[in-house]
Amino acid sequence: MTIESGLGTVANYVDERTGAAAWMKKNLQKVFPDHWSFLLGEVALYSFVILLLSGTFLTFWFDPSQREVIYDGGYAPLSGLKMSAAYASTLHISFEVRGGLLMRQVHHWAALIFMSAIVAHLLRVFFTGAFRKPREGNWIIGVGLLTLGIVEGFLGYSLPDDLLSGTGIRIAEAIIQALPVVGSYLSYFAFGGAFPGESFIPRIYTVHVLLLPGAFLALITVHLMLVWYQKHTQYPGPGRTEKNVVGYPLMPTYMAKAGGFFFIVFGVIAFLSAVASINPIWLYGPYTPGQISAGSQPDWYMGWLDGLVRMAPPLETHALGHTISWNILIPGLIIPGILFTGMALYPFIESWITGDKREHHLLDRPRNAPNRTALGAMSLTFMLVALINGGNDIIATHFSLSINQIMWFTRFGVLILPPIAFVVTKRLCLSLQRADRDLVLHGRETGRLLRLPHGEFVEVHEPISPEKAYLLTAHEQAPALELPAVDGHGVKRAGALRNKLRSRMSVANAEAIPKVSATELKEIEHH
Amino acid sequence: MSNEIEAIKDPGLPAHIHRKADHDPAAANRAERQVAILFGISALGTLLLIVSYIFVPQDLFFFIPVMGNQNAHQLGLGLGMAISLFFIGMGAIHWAKTLMPDTEVVAQRHEFRSPDADRKEFVDAVKSGATASGLGRRSLIKKSLGAALGLSALSPLLLLRDLGPSPKQDFQKTSWKSGTYLVTDPGNRRIKAADLEVGAVAQVLPEIADPEHRKLSDIGKDAVLLIRLRPQEFNLTPTKMAMTHDGIIAFSKICSHMGCAVALYEQQTKHLLCPCHQSTFDVTRGAKVIFGPAARPLPQLNISVDGEGYLVAREPFSEPVGPSFWERNSQ
Repeated sequence: MTIESGLGTVANYVDERTGAAAWMKKNLQKVFPDHWSFLLGEVALYSFVILLLSGTFLTFWFDPSQREVIYDGGYAPLSGLKMSAAYASTLHISFEVRGGLLMRQVHHWAALIFMSAIVAHLLRVFFTGAFRKPREGNWIIGVGLLTLGIVEGFLGYSLPDDLLSGTGIRIAEAIIQALPVVGSYLSYFAFGGAFPGESFIPRIYTVHVLLLPGAFLALITVHLMLVWYQKHTQYPGPGRTEKNVVGYPLMPTYMAKAGGFFFIVFGVIAFLSAVASINPIWLYGPYTPGQISAGSQPDWYMGWLDGLVRMAPPLETHALGHTISWNILIPGLIIPGILFTGMALYPFIESWITGDKREHHLLDRPRNAPNRTALGAMSLTFMLVALINGGNDIIATHFSLSINQIMWFTRFGVLILPPIAFVVTKRLCLSLQRADRDLVLHGRETGRLLRLPHGEFVEVHEPISPEKAYLLTAHEQAPALELPAVDGHGVKRAGALRNKLRSRMSVANAEAIPKVSATELKEIEHH
Repeated sequence: MSNEIEAIKDPGLPAHIHRKADHDPAAANRAERQVAILFGISALGTLLLIVSYIFVPQDLFFFIPVMGNQNAHQLGLGLGMAISLFFIGMGAIHWAKTLMPDTEVVAQRHEFRSPDADRKEFVDAVKSGATASGLGRRSLIKKSLGAALGLSALSPLLLLRDLGPSPKQDFQKTSWKSGTYLVTDPGNRRIKAADLEVGAVAQVLPEIADPEHRKLSDIGKDAVLLIRLRPQEFNLTPTKMAMTHDGIIAFSKICSHMGCAVALYEQQTKHLLCPCHQSTFDVTRGAKVIFGPAARPLPQLNISVDGEGYLVAREPFSEPVGPSFWERNSQ
């Protein structure tokens, strides 16, 4: 039997029962546009698969229990020490299970790359405006995945119950405890009594290996189905419009590339895990609340949060026999809450400002949306300053700086630098637009100098290709919304303040260097 | 939006440039061989993995310049796995790029919005369904259903109640009582005041009957730091000064910010630093916060000595230790 007829038999069997052939025929030829930045989301997806595989391996030996044991395993420096079964089994995986340490490192590296890829993918989607209608829902799912990823990662590195991770849990407990009215009750419920107790490792284990991965699977499925159904966005360029998709068919090219890319991501993570040690828990020792190691650091995606907590001013309210810790609540809950809510709602905010309710499938070049790009740069700057402060102790020791000065720098920097980043980025975008305009009008500098008969030197410019000229002028330049304070009958419209705000923002948003029109180009060609 | 001034025309998709392998069979065969070689390298990687797993002992170390001492077993497994996976990917992508069709295809998009007729039918179906169920007319059903659903949501909340006990006064109390001896941690030995030299630091715990089974949750509240200075170095109120003994001062080791162990003591400046968020406490001024996010000093334990010179707590902590909580009365 040849392969073809074998496939035919199977296909016939399945199709007679499901009628899948019609659907498959169409979808195997589905077109995917190609661009390196579209791989970022793929990296996240593949890291997730790698996390499921390596995580499953780890569960076969990991003992999620805080039962006290005396260590008698192969790692001599900890011999005879009291520790939790969770920590002892993590040591067992690291030293006695063949490939165990490799899988632990694969799991941790994959988690770091998963989070990095999510953030990079989010930035790509933000800066190119891929979140616009009809993809607002998928943007919100993405923000949800990012949030879940932060929680999942934190719970994951807390499981080994070493001195470093226990300290992280201690801080999480303090945040719960700081909640007004219900804090101490919630803490006792979460930990089954006083911190640390013997309940939280088994509990967060269930959340880490069952609840959250389940939520991830569900959300990722919807995320991908929407991409599939709505078709991928594409970068502007000749032949690309809002009405088409230009790219390669799923079968075979895209399948081979995407499938191959999974193996490449896995290979790179395996390589990192082979040569770069990560989270060597045997160096930290078992957790006890009375001890700590200097330079305690969370994983990078929690670093900004820790940085915010570190820079918070010492504010507490003591009144009527109660205490409210603003120094914990503001940096630990309120600011992250505002940031993530704002991020989730951004597509709606932008469409409110522009009044644009149309579908968008062509991506923006970041320079052509100066306000959005500047806002992104502003948020990134805020996060980076917070992240720097999250590592202030490490920075201080590595660069011989004063920790107090770094803290003061970031305390002011977190307020001053983001607006500066906004202004600078916006100006840069407008300058780049100006450069585009010059390029279209006057062509490319060739570097060839000519001496004119009267002695003047000029540089020869060469016209750019029609494709390039089209790319640089394909974007839309929408005017600002016109929202007069009075309507046609001279009556003041309701919500005057809101309208004023909206029209102000719309004017700022519409600021642009006029793109070259065909008329202008013809005129200059005649000269 | 009709501000579209006459735009530069779309020149259309650029002409497709054929690859060498598209028209030269020799180049195509060469590409095929390259793909096969990449897959072959992957197989070698798997071989390295197998050999490392079976034959390389787990405790074999060897030196590599730059990387230092490496575990041969771990490195062999990891590199084998990396090579075997990476080159499958390289082979597949090289195959796609050299031999599979690379002509760009154009597909059309369609508006997502359903035709008006469909939308109307949908709305009608929902309306007629709602009318048929009588949800609009029979308000008793609507109200009672709402109430029943709302009440049933209480059961999961109720079922989770036994996750933990009620905290009662736990946050307010520690194991320290009047007359509790201070013991070393580790070691569980009583300490004589004379054993502690000026400038020394020691972590202590309250003496309990069964130190072998001391709970971590007790350590999380009871841990205390002893520091000995010259008595004249202190700058304390008379009450706080009376709580020290001959230059020995005792603070809760649990940070008043988020509960980390305040473990870094700088002898020169007499500052205590919490490694978690860098709250800095001045020992000479009763652990007053001089930097960082902590809002309260570390609680001070009132200590003295018994007849034989062993350190002993004179009274329990006068305030709750550790991070703040709602019920904490800070007046």
